[in-house]
Amino acid sequence: MRGTSTRVVAAGLLLVALVLAGVVSHFADRDPDGLTKVSQEHGFAHTASTHRGLLGGYGGATGVIGVVVVLGLAGGLTYAVRRRRSEDEEG
Amino acid sequence: MHVPDGFLDAPTSIGTGVVAAAAVSVALRGARRELDDRTAPLAGLVAAFVFATQMLNFPVASGTSGHLLGGALAAILVGPYTGLLCMATVFLVQCLLFADGGVTALGTNIDLMGLVTVVVGWTVFKTLQAVLPKRLSMVAPSAAAAALVSVPVAAFVFVLLYAVGGTVDIPLGSLTAAMVGVHVLIGIGESVITFLAVTSIVAVRPDLVYGARPVLEKRELVVHSGAAA
Repeated sequence: MRGTSTRVVAAGLLLVALVLAGVVSHFADRDPDGLTKVSQEHGFAHTASTHRGLLGGYGGATGVIGVVVVLGLAGGLTYAVRRRRSEDEEG
Repeated sequence: MHVPDGFLDAPTSIGTGVVAAAAVSVALRGARRELDDRTAPLAGLVAAFVFATQMLNFPVASGTSGHLLGGALAAILVGPYTGLLCMATVFLVQCLLFADGGVTALGTNIDLMGLVTVVVGWTVFKTLQAVLPKRLSMVAPSAAAAALVSVPVAAFVFVLLYAVGGTVDIPLGSLTAAMVGVHVLIGIGESVITFLAVTSIVAVRPDLVYGARPVLEKRELVVHSGAAA
């Protein structure tokens, strides 16, 4: 059951995420998504207002940056939550 | 299904923001029990994987695309509380860095695509686990079914929110039919991706899949009682 180390599984997940964001994303369908399409057909698409994202839109490079930022934030958050738990147990 | 600014009025957006903040604070407490040596290393990576996969729109009908939401997947891989924290992080980054989903709609998006898909996905998954044979081979199909159900339910909850605070008067019957209809199709894509992801990890390290633990514990009990006899 423990044939593959956690480190290898983690590296595999990261590699897949980076390839999906950096390469496969170029082949993503550009058509509007379900909600956008429904809003167009039901006459409320015009109520949408947009803001500027710090990185603009999704591209191969910005997608990779996004993956790294999400990994850092979510990884840091769960690390902090876990550390607080072990402090609670000691105290 | 990222909701932009302007679809829902201010009071409704404030309400969904309060619900999202409450859900995240509950998840911060709940995640303490879920995060251990096996889930902790994967939590950030599951969020990164969901983020990457959400970039991959696939065609669902003529001129319409969809992408994974991922709440069911995250809940099954790292637990529902940790899963919600992963999803909230994804929507925050999408909103701030990519303007994917509105700023005032951040709470709405965390509620719809995070809270609803995590709760519905986890509930369907645990229900199936309770009624189906306790086998490792049942984990990925159950996850796929949970993912399939979670997407149209999230779409339906959007319609409920629109009924409360939509900025345009839309006949709710046709809005419901359109939203649920297209999101059943997106749900099929969601279930395929969820099935593949869960199958892959169960194949190499089933103990890393939070939702597979009850099955593994039962299996170990069987092995031990067999040794005693």
